[in-house]
Amino acid sequence: MTDEKQETLIITGNEASAWGARRSKAHVVTAFPITPQTTVMETISEFVDSGKMQCNFVKVESEHSVMAGMVGASMTGARCFTATSGQGLLYMAEMVHWVSGSRLPVVTTIASRGIAPPWNIWVDYSDILSMRDSGWIIQFASTHQEIFDSILMSYKLAEDPRVMLPVFIAYGGFSQSHTSKPVVIPSQKAVDDYLPPVPDDGWPHLVLNPEKPIVHGNLLMPQQEYMEFRYKMHETIHGAKPIIKEVIADFHEKFGRNYHGLIESYRCDDAKYILVTVGALGEQVKDAVDTLRSEGKKVGSIKIRYFRPFPKEDLVEILGSKNLEGIVVVDRSIAYGSPTGGHISSEFSNILSELPSSLTYLPAVWGLGGRDVTVGDQESVFNDLINLHEENEIKETSNSYINGTLWVNLKVR
Amino acid sequence: MIMSLKEMLSDDFSEEFLLCGNSACSGCASELALRWALKALGSKTVVVAPASCTNVYIGLWPGAAPTVPFINMAFAAGASAASGIVAGYEALGKTDINVMTWAGDGGTVDIGIQALSGAIERGTNFIYACYDNEIYANTGTQRSGSTPFGAITTTTPYGKPIHKKNISQIIAAHDIPYVGTVNGADPRDVFAIFKKIKDITGPRFVHLLSPCPPGWRFDSSLIAEIGRLAVDCGIWILWEQENGEFHLRGKSRRLLDKSNRKPVDEYIKKQGRFRKMTQEGINKIQQWVDGNWLAIEKTVKGQC
Repeated sequence: MTDEKQETLIITGNEASAWGARRSKAHVVTAFPITPQTTVMETISEFVDSGKMQCNFVKVESEHSVMAGMVGASMTGARCFTATSGQGLLYMAEMVHWVSGSRLPVVTTIASRGIAPPWNIWVDYSDILSMRDSGWIIQFASTHQEIFDSILMSYKLAEDPRVMLPVFIAYGGFSQSHTSKPVVIPSQKAVDDYLPPVPDDGWPHLVLNPEKPIVHGNLLMPQQEYMEFRYKMHETIHGAKPIIKEVIADFHEKFGRNYHGLIESYRCDDAKYILVTVGALGEQVKDAVDTLRSEGKKVGSIKIRYFRPFPKEDLVEILGSKNLEGIVVVDRSIAYGSPTGGHISSEFSNILSELPSSLTYLPAVWGLGGRDVTVGDQESVFNDLINLHEENEIKETSNSYINGTLWVNLKVR
Repeated sequence: MIMSLKEMLSDDFSEEFLLCGNSACSGCASELALRWALKALGSKTVVVAPASCTNVYIGLWPGAAPTVPFINMAFAAGASAASGIVAGYEALGKTDINVMTWAGDGGTVDIGIQALSGAIERGTNFIYACYDNEIYANTGTQRSGSTPFGAITTTTPYGKPIHKKNISQIIAAHDIPYVGTVNGADPRDVFAIFKKIKDITGPRFVHLLSPCPPGWRFDSSLIAEIGRLAVDCGIWILWEQENGEFHLRGKSRRLLDKSNRKPVDEYIKKQGRFRKMTQEGINKIQQWVDGNWLAIEKTVKGQC
């Protein structure tokens, strides 16, 4: 593989992440080993130590230092990249907020895994969704190609002076991190033409330059601008929605791959029942949709690509269709004590208020800690939704319907 | 080694990088030491200050006393954020900027020790200065791993029952180009050491005793005297280790001979934090100090 021409490589999701950092010419990478992220940092190590990637790779002693290192390095105006998973993300949580609060355009991939105890290293989005309110843009990548492409797009987005916020790109631990698929890796020149170098004189709001000294982060009293700084981050994340669409459209034009927008819908136009989810299962569910369609059931699916900003308007536009009779929102994460048990299904309350009250709404949870979710399981969820809508109850299912939430293949009753 | 006052007060060093009118307590050794450390390092310096009194005494936003780039940082992240800055500058080809972490003892010997040890092990080209006021002073004087035996804090209301951690020796056990202790209440000592280490490449660790009038309960006019007594009593030993070579420094060079050391009660009795200390406790501190000197003696003789 050379940098001069485009090639299609058969690589893992983690290798796609490492390639994203390489093609984006990240100046600084900090990382600490954690399953299932580790092969991202191993791949970058190989790139750097063999001289193929010009990057200062700091192998720090903990994830807290990983993200603290990102803060320091990004404040010099360098392009910064890291990757982590599960426990590592939780350990760096304090510094995750430090990056966004400093408005630093760091890009981080998350090979999502279950949170201990008990130990679990398989796909589960509870880790990334625990960062729900951290001020980062949160994106899910559902294919290997999307992992690579999203890193390029995320730097474009994060470094946009209208945004200046960090981006998380989450994908499934093992299900994506350690499986291999073909990924188109564009030439370095093609990426350079798309993604400009960082500004010579640092980020517009902040750079550590002795010629232009600034003091950052000192104490603010309650009547000073702390609240305004917080509001501006919220406003910026919301305001990023059209910018995300611009970035996606621009990428489509340059590279020919279309990521649609903040959400991607599948066969929703005349659908009576729609399943909403995130991540790779949002791709797989298209097979379940096709099967059920062949049986004459009018179903469709929506894959949420961006969880922050939350794509409310885009969802309402599709779910507001007068054909629609039922929605099932399925989380691969757990939000203990929330209205529904899942992060995204709990967020849906403010969308439902804008939809007809006749709609049947079914929140669901599946696949925690990497538990298999087969196409058959996905069909069963659609069937349970149809059943609930038509009969007002769920009969003859392998799933558990408890206190209004459907738990797919739950072994307790 | 000690600079002449004439040189320190010359036009070469007249520029201030930590402005007056800041929010430091009267008699704060940390603020005094930071001022002189910055004069020694000069304008091409970036400071990282993890949670400590320094975050407060630099002033409330939007006012700020430092005139060099200065970032407030999370408690555990003093050394790791500095590592990132060094990495960023290296990647961008900016190699003429001093990066210094300015941390308290809590941020160094306790919550920050992991990041500090890691940064040194990696050979990070930076200065880590720990101003040791022997308490969590900013949160209102709770005990830290660096609080001495017998000192009253809000979490040791009857005196701390164990001795302080020897952070400098922990750091010296790393493969580090420079470790040194400094009397932070003596600007000449501070200035001399920071001037000396400015051009050393790699990690440099400076441990400054930082007498704290409100935390230690002494009158702020006594700051220089308290620092001097700490050295004269042999409680605060001035030493440095350069590329593995250990040697005593300044007045401490004479104190290997116990008869040259003042008894520790001269230091202890001047501070309200030791007001509940019994004679037995004072004896215990004296034994601890004498034991420290025996270890120094072995080190010095072992190298002869």
